[in-house]
Amino acid sequence: MTTPKLSIRGVAKSFDGKEVLRSVDLDVATHQVVCLIGSSGSGKSTLLKCINLLLPVDGGEIVLDGVAITERGTNPNTVRQSMGIVFQAFNLFPHMRVIDNVTLGPRKAHRVPRAEAEEQARALLEQFGLLDKAGEYPDRLSGGEQQRVAIVRALVSKPGLMLLDEVTSALDPELVGEVLGVIRDLKAGGMTMVIATHEMGFARDVADVVCFLDGGVVLEQGPPAEILGRPQQPRTRQFLQRIVAAGRL
Amino acid sequence: MAPTPIERIERRGPRLLWPRRSSRLSEEGARGALIAAVSTVVVFGLLLVFVLRSDAWPAVQRQFFNWAHFKRSFPLVLDGFWLDVKLFLVAEVLILVIGLTVAMARSLRGPAFLPLRIITIGYIDLARGLPLLLLILLMGFGIPALRLPGVPNSALFWGVAALVFSYAAYTAEVYRAGIDSVHESQRMSARSIGLTQTQSLWHVVVPQAVRNVIPALLNGFVSLQKDVALVFVLGVREGLREADIYNARTFNYTSYIAAAVLFLLVSVPVARFTDWYTDRDRRRKQAMST
Repeated sequence: MTTPKLSIRGVAKSFDGKEVLRSVDLDVATHQVVCLIGSSGSGKSTLLKCINLLLPVDGGEIVLDGVAITERGTNPNTVRQSMGIVFQAFNLFPHMRVIDNVTLGPRKAHRVPRAEAEEQARALLEQFGLLDKAGEYPDRLSGGEQQRVAIVRALVSKPGLMLLDEVTSALDPELVGEVLGVIRDLKAGGMTMVIATHEMGFARDVADVVCFLDGGVVLEQGPPAEILGRPQQPRTRQFLQRIVAAGRL
Repeated sequence: MAPTPIERIERRGPRLLWPRRSSRLSEEGARGALIAAVSTVVVFGLLLVFVLRSDAWPAVQRQFFNWAHFKRSFPLVLDGFWLDVKLFLVAEVLILVIGLTVAMARSLRGPAFLPLRIITIGYIDLARGLPLLLLILLMGFGIPALRLPGVPNSALFWGVAALVFSYAAYTAEVYRAGIDSVHESQRMSARSIGLTQTQSLWHVVVPQAVRNVIPALLNGFVSLQKDVALVFVLGVREGLREADIYNARTFNYTSYIAAAVLFLLVSVPVARFTDWYTDRDRRRKQAMST
């Protein structure tokens, strides 16, 4: 058996005494795409932020490439360089042009010379059809373009793992497709991903494993056809029924 | 059916209601401007007549607005005033740099930075809690009197140091309000691309923070520009001191008016600029949110 890319063991996290993650267990194999589903507040975003060490865990451990990154003494800056995270609200830096948004990480954190960083960034922007936006400021771009730039910004340090936190939730419906297209491309390129999403159709399409989070634990996980088609747990069935009733599946 | 003027305005959005209007409304605007001009002239004219005709006016004019004294004192006061301007510029640069450093130190998180946070909070409480004049007297007279080796002995040096000490604390709080006004998600995404805490602050948070507090910083400029004159208590021959010397010689207060004119010449344009900038900033933000 090979070691998983990412292994989450009994992770717990509370905010002001409120338990958001109770005990989460999850393995992600290399090249695997895992979609986290569950109602708002079920802990999807919190879990992703814990994996990126943006939030400290209260219990359990997270192992990346065989290394326990939640151990005391790990340098979070080094860990973060091997994974990328993209947020719901894009979070581009509004005072910087697209090219500077993308190169800031490599230039400051990895000490890549500007010329080299810009060359890499331009290659990636071109790959995602954004090269003509390199000189623009974020507020001149559509939501879809901003989110694609955010994905490029996360990809530029060549991470082995991408964490996507409801990356289409803040977009107008007609812009969702272009962002989902980019994620499909990433999957085709073999990227390992953990995706929190409300797009059930997309999850069915792109996920190798769908994982239903409820009450701070993974209630059920498996291939999308099983979880979305024949859920075993009453809570999962209830959640999916509400999604179907809302016309989202 | 043709839209009514009101519908046309509504369609252009509420922002345009004031600057540009339909022709009927702009006629009203022209009438409004005329009323404003007439009422201003009448009110200020009446005030002027009232002051100039009062019994006390000749005495006031002799003591405060005496042209001969003005002509004689103005060059002396102006000479000293250049020192005020120089002190202001030097102090302001130091204040902006030190204030930002203190604010950034105070914004660093994590248990390791606790001593740094305690020091900055202690400094800010101390500097803001003491009267500026007390600080100037204490540092300007007190420190040179210690005759410490390797430390400047000039009252002027320590007077400016006292100004910087006090103003940097206020300015640090202005910066900190700006830093807090930048959404947490910006800091988070800066950390997520591998930047350290200090790098995130410097490259991502601070540029946005400074933009948000420029009006408040400019306000500080206006205030400091006047307060540099306080170093006159140390015997520094700046503008106010020169005016004071002239007054002591002649018992006429016109030299103070000359100094007042000079301070106003600098501070009023900065105040107007602050208003203009704040207004432009607000309109730009409104335009962005629509």
